[in-house]
Amino acid sequence: MSTEGQSISAGGSARPAVPVPRRAVIVGGNRIPFARAGGAYAKSSNQDMLTAALDGLIARFGLQDERIGQVAAGAVLKHSRDFNLTREAVLGSALSAETPVYDLQQACATGLETVVGLANKIKLGQIDSAIAGGVDSASDAPVVVSEGLRDAILDLHRAKTLPQRLQILSRLRPKDLAPVAPGTAEPRTGLTMGEHQALTTAQWKITREAQDELALNSHRNLAAAYDAGFFDDLMTPYRGLTRDANMRADTSLEKLASLKPVFGRSLGADATMTAGNSTPLTDGASTVLLASDEWADARDLPKLAAVVDAEAAAVDFVHGKDGLLMAPVFAVPRLLARQNLTLADFDYFEIHEAFAATVLSTLAAWEDDEFCRTRLGLDSALGSIDRSRLNVNGSSLAAGHPFAATGGRIVGTLAKMLHAKAASTGRPARGLVSVCAAGGQGVVAILESL
Amino acid sequence: MADTYTQLVNSGPGRNLARKLGLPQPAVLRRYQPGQPLVTGPVVVLGDTPGADKLAAELLSWNLDVRRHAVPAEKLGAIIMVLDEVGHPTDLEKPVLAAAGSLRDLRAGGRVITLSRPASEASTPEAAAARQGVDGLLRSLAKELRAGATGNGVVLAGDTTAISPSTLGAVRFFLSGRSAFVDGQFLTVSSEDGSLPADPEQPLAGKVAVVTGAARGIGAQIARTLHRDGATLILVDIPAAGDQLAAVANEVRGTTLQVDITGAHAGQRIIDHAVQRHGRLDIVVHNAGVTRDKLLANMDPARWNSVININIAAQLRINEALLASEHFRVSPRIVSVASTSGIAGNRGQTNYAASKGGVMGMVRATAPLMAPLGGTINAVAPGFIETEMTARIPFAVREVARRLNSLQQGGLPADVAETIAFLASDAAGGINGEVLRVCGQNLVGA
Repeated sequence: MSTEGQSISAGGSARPAVPVPRRAVIVGGNRIPFARAGGAYAKSSNQDMLTAALDGLIARFGLQDERIGQVAAGAVLKHSRDFNLTREAVLGSALSAETPVYDLQQACATGLETVVGLANKIKLGQIDSAIAGGVDSASDAPVVVSEGLRDAILDLHRAKTLPQRLQILSRLRPKDLAPVAPGTAEPRTGLTMGEHQALTTAQWKITREAQDELALNSHRNLAAAYDAGFFDDLMTPYRGLTRDANMRADTSLEKLASLKPVFGRSLGADATMTAGNSTPLTDGASTVLLASDEWADARDLPKLAAVVDAEAAAVDFVHGKDGLLMAPVFAVPRLLARQNLTLADFDYFEIHEAFAATVLSTLAAWEDDEFCRTRLGLDSALGSIDRSRLNVNGSSLAAGHPFAATGGRIVGTLAKMLHAKAASTGRPARGLVSVCAAGGQGVVAILESL
Repeated sequence: MADTYTQLVNSGPGRNLARKLGLPQPAVLRRYQPGQPLVTGPVVVLGDTPGADKLAAELLSWNLDVRRHAVPAEKLGAIIMVLDEVGHPTDLEKPVLAAAGSLRDLRAGGRVITLSRPASEASTPEAAAARQGVDGLLRSLAKELRAGATGNGVVLAGDTTAISPSTLGAVRFFLSGRSAFVDGQFLTVSSEDGSLPADPEQPLAGKVAVVTGAARGIGAQIARTLHRDGATLILVDIPAAGDQLAAVANEVRGTTLQVDITGAHAGQRIIDHAVQRHGRLDIVVHNAGVTRDKLLANMDPARWNSVININIAAQLRINEALLASEHFRVSPRIVSVASTSGIAGNRGQTNYAASKGGVMGMVRATAPLMAPLGGTINAVAPGFIETEMTARIPFAVREVARRLNSLQQGGLPADVAETIAFLASDAAGGINGEVLRVCGQNLVGA
């Protein structure tokens, strides 16, 4: 690694891509419509939603009583009682109870990382089939007791005599009894994700107008996809919802422009991030069925796309070296270099819209000669992407973003798009997925049509 | 499950009370369960024609207890009158009066079946009179039967005989608990096509079946019944019903296809799904349907058009795709759900009755197109069936509606499903272009 930036040849990506023993294919996906927090799924637990998404997938592909090689999913906001969340969901589903499972937690990259990890197992021949997924409920989030109360309860357990117990109880103050709501603030900076992004947004001089336009496109694209029946085989309704509740098909630049900034207030008049160009807290779940060619063929299942390769990256946001959500900026060039590809080689880009400004900052960084030379170790700018290929069926700004469920939503959507593109053009189609995550992390992946 | 009143009058005190007050006394019907005997006792085959002899021999080979003459005071499971050679109304006397002497010995859930020929094919007025006479005879007899017993007729058209495959299939269906709510009906066998299943409990083994509107109600029950009979299911419903559809699919180990059947490409999507996942498509059950009731004077375009589009236009379009497909050529089966409203009419249901009348017209006109493929298309016309939809009818109206038939009760979704499963089976291969009512011999529209 160079002293200045993250060389594209650093971080365990030094070797060129090695041939893998076999392919991992995406058979299809299923998710439930995403609800705004406190909405249709306010009373649904993570386990309820993940089970519903699984059961819809099982029904779509006839997987009843099937022993899947492995199922992996996770949630970001997770109750301690859900230590075996995915296993419990599988046991409550129509799959064979003999299906092994693991939980994974990697903030907003959870869903994509389950796809990557399970695809790798399939490629290595360790398993023949897998279901990747993720779920999050911002409504049914765990509420935690204060540290003071927690300490006291644990000490009470250990206390042996009445005087000891009374002494412990006497420590408690009224403020210790107030519950602690879950927060999304970064533990090391105390800043929320939105405040972090506001810094990055200002650094890259992303305008309010550009953000609102991206948000508008997200809603319009998602609404058009629904109207075209695009989600008919990617979604199973749940609790009365048949479409993402956050979607505003009739929004406009004027409406978006009328919203007040909610992040970066310290910037005063320069604040640009509103509730309209940021994702809301959302509830939902998604799943993706992965398989080897043999497993899919033996069951006459469709094969939409292959999981080609993936890369994770992390940035030092703590010391302000890079923006919290900018890790994909580093992961993508490393992945492209390993695969000998450029941005021009992709038919579709799925860049998770944590905030409109996240996408725009990412694109701006790749278009910046200076940044790409000094921080990415490239000879010049990585390049621009054709905006008509970006998030063409909508993304998180419109659909919402139940943290761990976003990866599965994107992979299912992109796999279907690539398959259709290849069928209509007669040549292979390629797509890039990019998901940023809390903790300064990011995971990116390449899918290719089948 | 029988309705509350039926349960009441089948309890000891309830039975006495109903009898004293002269109230209707509906019986708990004998419904099919796997492993159940075909009939509840000996079967008497009446008639002295070669057809009667051959049928009796065939029934013997099914290990039934077959009699050619009733034994006095012996309880019976079924009476079959073979009237395939009646040439004059006076020819009816002997078999009919023989049956009359045995009616009181018919057990609960017993069966009376006639075999006759179509009056329209008779060569003399006398023969036509005799054949048409069977119609009136059977329908009246069915109204006299009690304790869940039913009467139905098989009509042997063309060169078919008392032992044609589908004659045997129809006789078997009418004898069994599968036909519990079919009463006072005739079913015409028109060809020698069809075969009895190797395993009577898995008559649809190896078949791939599509059921539209499968997310709930009668559609979900059709899926369960076809699955029980061995079929592999593809369950179709609108995307908005996907969660209920998934639950049914996971119950019957089928696959879901979320598609609006009124879409231009619905037929092709159904075929593509079946071919990709199963390499074949054998059975399509057009069950999806809606009601948008309104007196015609108050009818609006939305109500009229949605009913016509969903209930009949979609079926026509899907059938066109099916008939054009190379994957629907091996003894294919189409079964549509019509309604007695389409036969007798129903106040407030002009749109619905037009669509369901349309289904019957479509079935009759499509039959000749299916025949060259060894295929069939038929419809069932349910009467009052206990569903979520009929449960919303006001109590008094509902109570009257469900008693207005010979069995004095509403049917169950399972009764409709059993009839569809039969029409979809190989045993019904010689039955084409028919509309079979599942209505307990409803008093309207007979």
